[in-house]
Amino acid sequence: MEDEAPVIYGLEFQARSLCAQEAETDNIRFLVGTQSLRAENQVHYIDFDDENNVINKTVFLHREGEIWNISSSTFDASLLSTCFNKTSDAKSELRAAVWQLPGTADPFNPSADDTSSSHPHLQFKCYLTPEEHSDVKGVLWHPGGDSHSVIGLCEDKIVCWDLDSASSSAKVTSSTSVEGRGQHKLTCGRWNPHHNCNQIATANDTSIRGIDLRSMSQVYQIESAHSQMVRDLDFNPNKQYYLVSCGDDCRVKFWDTRNVTVPLKVLSEHSHWVWSVRYNHFHDQLVLTSSSDSRVILNSVVSLSSEPYGRLTEKDDTDDAENEGKKYVTKTFSSRNHEPPKDGVIATYEEHEDSVYAVDWSSADPWTFASLSYDGRVVINRVPRSEKYKILL
Amino acid sequence: MVDRIDRRSSQNINENTANEERRHRRDLKTYYGLENGDSDLKGHEGNPHMPFTTDPCNIDGAIFQPQTYLSKLIQERSLTELMDEEQKMVRDIRGLDSDMQTLVYENYNKFISATDTIRKMKNDFRKMEDEMDHLASNMSAITEFSGNISSTLQDRRQKITKLAGVHSLLKKLQFLFELPARLNKCIEIEAFVQAVRYYTKAQRVLHQYEHMPSFQGINTDCEAIIKQLRCKLREKFRQKESTAKQLTECVDLLLQLGEPAESLCDEFLSHAKHKLDEDLKELDKQIKLYSGELNPGHDERPAQAYISAGMDVLEFVDSGCNGFLSNICLVIASYNDMFLNRPQTDESLDTIALRKLVLFVNELMEQYFNFVRQRVQLEKETGDNTILVRALDRFHRRLQAMNKLLPDTDFSRAGTEIVSRGARDRVAHYLQSLKQHFADCLTDIRQNLAAPRLVGKQDHSARLAELLSNMQTSVVEQIKSVLGNLQAFIASDITFAMKPYFRGPFCSQDVREGLVVAFVKHVCTVCNDFCEVPGDKTMSPPALLMILSRFCIDLENATISYLLSLAEEQFMVEDKATVTAMSELFAMAKDTGQRLLNHYVRVQGLTISQMLRKSVETRDWLNTIEPRNVRAVMKRVVEDITAIDMQVGQLYEEGVRKERSSDSSRRTHALSATQQNRRPQWNYAPSVDNSLMSNIQKLFSEKIEIFSAVEFSKVSVLTGIVKISLKTFLECVRLRTFGKYGLQQIQVDTHYLQLYLWRFVSDENLVQVLLDEIVCSAVHRCVEPAMMEPSVIDLICERG
Repeated sequence: MEDEAPVIYGLEFQARSLCAQEAETDNIRFLVGTQSLRAENQVHYIDFDDENNVINKTVFLHREGEIWNISSSTFDASLLSTCFNKTSDAKSELRAAVWQLPGTADPFNPSADDTSSSHPHLQFKCYLTPEEHSDVKGVLWHPGGDSHSVIGLCEDKIVCWDLDSASSSAKVTSSTSVEGRGQHKLTCGRWNPHHNCNQIATANDTSIRGIDLRSMSQVYQIESAHSQMVRDLDFNPNKQYYLVSCGDDCRVKFWDTRNVTVPLKVLSEHSHWVWSVRYNHFHDQLVLTSSSDSRVILNSVVSLSSEPYGRLTEKDDTDDAENEGKKYVTKTFSSRNHEPPKDGVIATYEEHEDSVYAVDWSSADPWTFASLSYDGRVVINRVPRSEKYKILL
Repeated sequence: MVDRIDRRSSQNINENTANEERRHRRDLKTYYGLENGDSDLKGHEGNPHMPFTTDPCNIDGAIFQPQTYLSKLIQERSLTELMDEEQKMVRDIRGLDSDMQTLVYENYNKFISATDTIRKMKNDFRKMEDEMDHLASNMSAITEFSGNISSTLQDRRQKITKLAGVHSLLKKLQFLFELPARLNKCIEIEAFVQAVRYYTKAQRVLHQYEHMPSFQGINTDCEAIIKQLRCKLREKFRQKESTAKQLTECVDLLLQLGEPAESLCDEFLSHAKHKLDEDLKELDKQIKLYSGELNPGHDERPAQAYISAGMDVLEFVDSGCNGFLSNICLVIASYNDMFLNRPQTDESLDTIALRKLVLFVNELMEQYFNFVRQRVQLEKETGDNTILVRALDRFHRRLQAMNKLLPDTDFSRAGTEIVSRGARDRVAHYLQSLKQHFADCLTDIRQNLAAPRLVGKQDHSARLAELLSNMQTSVVEQIKSVLGNLQAFIASDITFAMKPYFRGPFCSQDVREGLVVAFVKHVCTVCNDFCEVPGDKTMSPPALLMILSRFCIDLENATISYLLSLAEEQFMVEDKATVTAMSELFAMAKDTGQRLLNHYVRVQGLTISQMLRKSVETRDWLNTIEPRNVRAVMKRVVEDITAIDMQVGQLYEEGVRKERSSDSSRRTHALSATQQNRRPQWNYAPSVDNSLMSNIQKLFSEKIEIFSAVEFSKVSVLTGIVKISLKTFLECVRLRTFGKYGLQQIQVDTHYLQLYLWRFVSDENLVQVLLDEIVCSAVHRCVEPAMMEPSVIDLICERG
């Protein structure tokens, strides 16, 4: 862990989909889907060895078309879903499917790695098809992981499927069309991890709307959230009403869904469209953004986080852990001596040379994240150590 | 003969008693005070040469010794001489004798008459003695008689003295008994002074003999009357219409009657307050009339109503000065006379009275100040300063005069406060009107821009510049006229203008900071607000942004320094330490200009981006036909950019290009050359190499900042817009899937853009790189990448 240098991994194809393996909590693992019209597409299963600072990867073939979106199951590490473009002669359509990583044994054995010529195929589980034909733009897995339901964001509607226990078939449980103003189609969405996971937020064109899944009715709407198209959303994992959005106006905006007239905070660090924004799962002051100006920016938004005054370590805790009592006390003191942390850019990562369309935090390590640029470059970075200590101490 | 004998005898006597005679003569001489008593003798003897004092031979000398003389003669003279001498001597003797005889004769009668007189006197004196004796006896008789008489009259005289005492006492008593009646009469004829004098005279006595029943009666009567008198006096005192002099008199009398001074003070002041309150009420009414809170009564005649429409501020201050202020001065003066400058009052009373007065005056003045303040604050609508300034000046002067009257208090501070506040209000009002004017200018420009363009291109091309210069001149003129108007406040004939505590803050804080600097700041804020418009619904016209940005730059370059120096000159601002530095304003204006321009670039870039995005998103690129034309959207883009170029060109200079070429054909050839070099690779290289190639290419080209700040030049602005548009194009292309002809259409389009956009940007390579990237991405996104021949592309582009 001496160097904080980023680890770069190059894909052969262009790619714009990346996600962390959500159900995996021990190892730092990411999934990347390639996007190639002419070659067979792949899903790269990347394991980052934090201690040795090396990447182990496994490539799985994706027998369907180019991957526009990839998301991993929250309850079974081996499950994932992709949205892929199926181009036939005269038309291309976006479809979604659930896949399983083959082999329950450790996929990262060296022998498999060497035989790169013949990559194993992903095990197909089932298609996620809406009742009527519609392009599926994205798939959301239940954030709690306790229910086997999956939501698909179609161009003009939201479809909810229930996977059976083997995940081999998906049954549409509900579906609602989202009437958008004009011809604007849904661009993205996030499943709200709060409120018993009964809400999702979707974006079409410049507005954001919250939808209650039980009644499939609108909960809130942020009209003109951005002056141009909204590209991505994310929920604060710790504060239930806080939402962050980003878009083509180069801005990142923080919202309180209870009062949507004005954003809580606006960041405008990027010089082109912001394509992706992600809260750190553990320390919600850390917000990652990626943009087509080929930069990834790590922001600290302490003022809107669940720890606005730094980590508060109660002295009472020492009762429980007397052995560590001394440590705690010293920590407490050191944190008291710090001046309150301020909002601002922590770091700007310029390893990419093309537009960065996706960025995600590791589900296992709060300090590691991956970003993917269009030219197929995956960069795994870590939060700067100084910042890390600032948060921890 | 008797005479001769007498003479002889006398001579003999003379000679015999020579010594004795000399002694007599000396006595006489001393008696008559003669120094030279013997001068007669000298003349008679005719021998003035002889020393007569000590010479014993001098015959007339005092110590003449005949023996010595004789012997001397005998010794010294001859016989003849002796004979002559003897004869002469005899002759002298004879002469002397005859002289003696005539003298005696002459005096003889006198002696006789003197003797007679003395004899007669002797007789008279004897008679007189008798008379005197008689008188003495008479006198003694008289003395005796008078002694008798006085002894007999002694006790009667004492009685008379007593009687006289009783008489005067009775007189006093009579006065006392009559006092009630008198007092009544006095009161009846309103001779209060007289009454008070009587009473004060009698009061002491009455008090002394209070215990006696009769006096007690009188006393009570008097007291009742005096009470009545007091009441009357007080009544008079309270009457509204009594003049100051009457009041003074009343107070004086009441004080003499022993009324407590304090309560009198209070009463006097409250009485005065009554009157002053009326004045104040009138002022209040005027204010209300002026502000329209109070409508003049309907029953009044129209003329009346017109008059009561509220005075202007000068009239108001005038009426305040003449009414309230002079009245209060009068009150203070008479109060001073009554209570403060009295010789017999004691110190403590004085201080109490003074304190009361000061309290009273302060309270009223505060009210008055309030009214004046209100009135001055109402003076917002009118544009003319002179009346306000004159009014304030009069007010200020008047207060200074007042200060002299009541030295302990300082009204001029409050007065100056009001004056400065009035001035500040004016400045604020002017600032407001300047802001309004600026807003009007903006509206004008908006309308002008929105208005259908006039026919004639010439006219159109100069339009923005004209609008800009119109706005600039009108804003500068407006500020100049405002400054001119405000100069009325520091005119040399205005008293308060000369006071440093007014002038300093007014000039530097109010005029310079409050007006000029605040206006510049306001302009910057307004302009900045244009950059922060949320959403694109209320977007302001880009041309306006352009004009404003230029306006800000001009502000920075010239206008600010001109305005500030103008203000400083006209208002002689000396204190430059506490004011906003010029450089700060420069920076602010420049920053604003920059932001506006950046915003302009964004807005225009966005407009074109939207056009491009729609065109890419809405098309089915998989199933298009073979390209025959450049898509209309591209032409539109080029047209729009040309229009923008013209627009910017009106206000901004050309700017620096990296590489200039006037020959567009050369450029086209160069482009085709590069394209030819690269195309085969795209066609046949595997995708790995492809991305590698593009990565390598990127390594060597600088990273392109899309939404970066632009410079204040046409080229830079246009470059910014083109960058934004092309980047959008690229991103949109990446989201689509292309068929063979779709790709070719993109080729055609980009080539067309290449042909026309290079001339707008500072660095042609930039356009080149971006367009290449678009084509490259399109190739990636193409299911069947087959490129079009460059010659065909050229052909299509030239045709379209």
